[in-house]
Amino acid sequence: MSVDLEKLAQEEYKYGFVTDVEQEIAPKGLNEDIIRMISSKKNEPEWLLEWRLGAYERWKKMKEPRWAFLRYPEIDFNDISYYAAPKSNPRPKSLDEVDPEIKETYDKLGIPLEEQKMLAGVAVDAVFDSVSVFTTFKEKLAEEGVIFCSISEAVEEYPDLVRKYLGSVVPRGDNFYAALNSAVFTDGSFVYIPKGVRCPMELSTYFRINAENTGQFERTLIIAEEGSYVSYLEGCTAPQRDENQLHAAVVELVAHNDATIKYSTIQNWYPGDKQGKGGIYNFVTKRGRCVGRGSRISWTQVETGSAITWKYPSCVLEGDNSVGEFYSVALTNRRQQADTGTKMVHVGKNTSSTIISKGISAGEGQNIYRGLVEIGKNAEKARNYTQCDSMLIGDRCGAHTFPYIEVRNSTAHMEHEASTSKIGEDQMFYCRQRGLSAEDAVSLIVNGFCKEVFKELPFEFAVEAEKLLSVSLEGSVG
Amino acid sequence: MLEVKNLHVQVDDKEILKGMNITVAPGEVHSIMGPNGSGKSTLAQVLAGKEAYEVTEGEVTFQGKDLLDLEPEERACEGIFLAFQYPVEIPGVANTYLLREALNAKREYWDEKPLKHIEFAKLAREKMKTLGIDEDLLKRSVNAGFSGGEKKRNEIFQMQILEPTLAVLDETDSGLDIDALKIVANGVNSMRDSGRSFIVITHYQRLLNYIVPDFVHVMVDGKIVRSGGKELAYELEEKGYAGF
Repeated sequence: MSVDLEKLAQEEYKYGFVTDVEQEIAPKGLNEDIIRMISSKKNEPEWLLEWRLGAYERWKKMKEPRWAFLRYPEIDFNDISYYAAPKSNPRPKSLDEVDPEIKETYDKLGIPLEEQKMLAGVAVDAVFDSVSVFTTFKEKLAEEGVIFCSISEAVEEYPDLVRKYLGSVVPRGDNFYAALNSAVFTDGSFVYIPKGVRCPMELSTYFRINAENTGQFERTLIIAEEGSYVSYLEGCTAPQRDENQLHAAVVELVAHNDATIKYSTIQNWYPGDKQGKGGIYNFVTKRGRCVGRGSRISWTQVETGSAITWKYPSCVLEGDNSVGEFYSVALTNRRQQADTGTKMVHVGKNTSSTIISKGISAGEGQNIYRGLVEIGKNAEKARNYTQCDSMLIGDRCGAHTFPYIEVRNSTAHMEHEASTSKIGEDQMFYCRQRGLSAEDAVSLIVNGFCKEVFKELPFEFAVEAEKLLSVSLEGSVG
Repeated sequence: MLEVKNLHVQVDDKEILKGMNITVAPGEVHSIMGPNGSGKSTLAQVLAGKEAYEVTEGEVTFQGKDLLDLEPEERACEGIFLAFQYPVEIPGVANTYLLREALNAKREYWDEKPLKHIEFAKLAREKMKTLGIDEDLLKRSVNAGFSGGEKKRNEIFQMQILEPTLAVLDETDSGLDIDALKIVANGVNSMRDSGRSFIVITHYQRLLNYIVPDFVHVMVDGKIVRSGGKELAYELEEKGYAGF
């Protein structure tokens, strides 16, 4: 919280620039032709096109969900373009073939694509609007048998794996936004960790929305075979614009026997301005299946961006002794609204889940925790611990908690703790009396509040998350 | 160093300080004694800059500066330290972290280089020893789950690290057993020098056996009604406040 942070705090949204690059953008609107166009751009096999069209059929019959505690105008799905890609080399073999403008964009975002400049031990898949522009460390990972590439590439190179798992966690008709995504998804990451392999580096995807009036619909699929381990991280930013932009992603995770998947998100889409103008609408379906016994899926999310967040990373605990975890920090400032939480569905015996949610509301932000813990009738001795804390900064914001618990097995053990606190005047005064500025005091107190979640993040990203939180809190004290 | 002139302060429209005067020269230790509700703690909070207290009249100068014009953090950086009567808990923030940030904020204010982690750790360890503070206490969250004695000792520890020019101790002795009291008093005495002043607020003469003041002031109903040397404390102990 020294000089650097102060500098950071003075900036508004520092990822708000636009990259000037020649793009191929599909005409606005959604119809079968657009879906066929996307599919053919990606040289997809017939079955995938059929799958997309089937999803589209379902989507047309579905209604936009409005049960969330969110207020936003109706989205015109025909006023969005569903495909935007830089015109340059679509699948570069080496970094030299990547458009320099795009390379520079990632440099500016602090994600240099040169492997020697990367954080040691982190491989990156860079997704720019609708396409993956580059994936680092592919060869090194391949030595271990780890597949890390864009999903488009996976469709071509590993069609059997994709066909087997795509939609196996989030079926194409799961919900309105998942169906939309299934119809028009453009890119995203694919990860496959073979049996017994501990992935030697952090894998990460960096999502960047650049084109105007374009939605981003990415699809990520991660499969961890028996006894394997992978830690995956995604980051997201977008330019500062007055219009709202739609982001509707689907993430599917599959963990086999004794496999562990750690999935971390640092979401920093453009949040809109102080008057609530602009910002990303973030409607995301994330779900993991612990199909194997002793498997483990852990979601950690730091949500500081987007105008609207609608997101419930979930775990279906099918295998006996499997473990699901959800650690979340969601911050809403200005006029941001977040309706986020998780679902833990206990199917197998001795399954356990942990939910730790920290919601921070500042400005006129609205922060909603919505969680479901479901214990099935065969889930003997299932356990859940839920802790749900809200912090309010100022008196124009709101925090709301909707915990749902459904238990169908009497041997279940459930714990639920919840708290709401207003950031203490006394805490502020104490810190300031010791010499900290008001801004620094708030960020110190809030970071302390979030500590239990940050410690779940890979180290470098925990530092990043703390900084991000401080920047996002900028202007929250008067 | 500090001059308080005709200070009137109110909280929620209720006047608490009603024309307070006190002058503290460098190197002096002043003790303010008085019954509950006489405004002792209010004075401490006002000097530190707590917003809820409204100054309606009077002035406060600290080293030639108008103190009332400064933000709480500016006063801290200028050298005012308040040892709180009820130190707050800040969950998730390591004690040492807050303190390092505080020290570096002050150093930055005076255009000094921030201390590196190692330098700070060394400094902290030195001070800890003299106060009988466990290293464990540094890693724990600020005051969270601390016993009453630990909280007070922690305040003195912070004071030692931050090296204020004027330290205001607000009932730092309350709730301390005799051993803890001695440690706290030693912590204060070891810092006494010609450039540093203290205002020690207390109910009891007991503390003043260990921190011997140059001046004792009796405060009743928002004003200082009598001032004297350390012997005044003994008189108070004998007669109580009823006579004032």
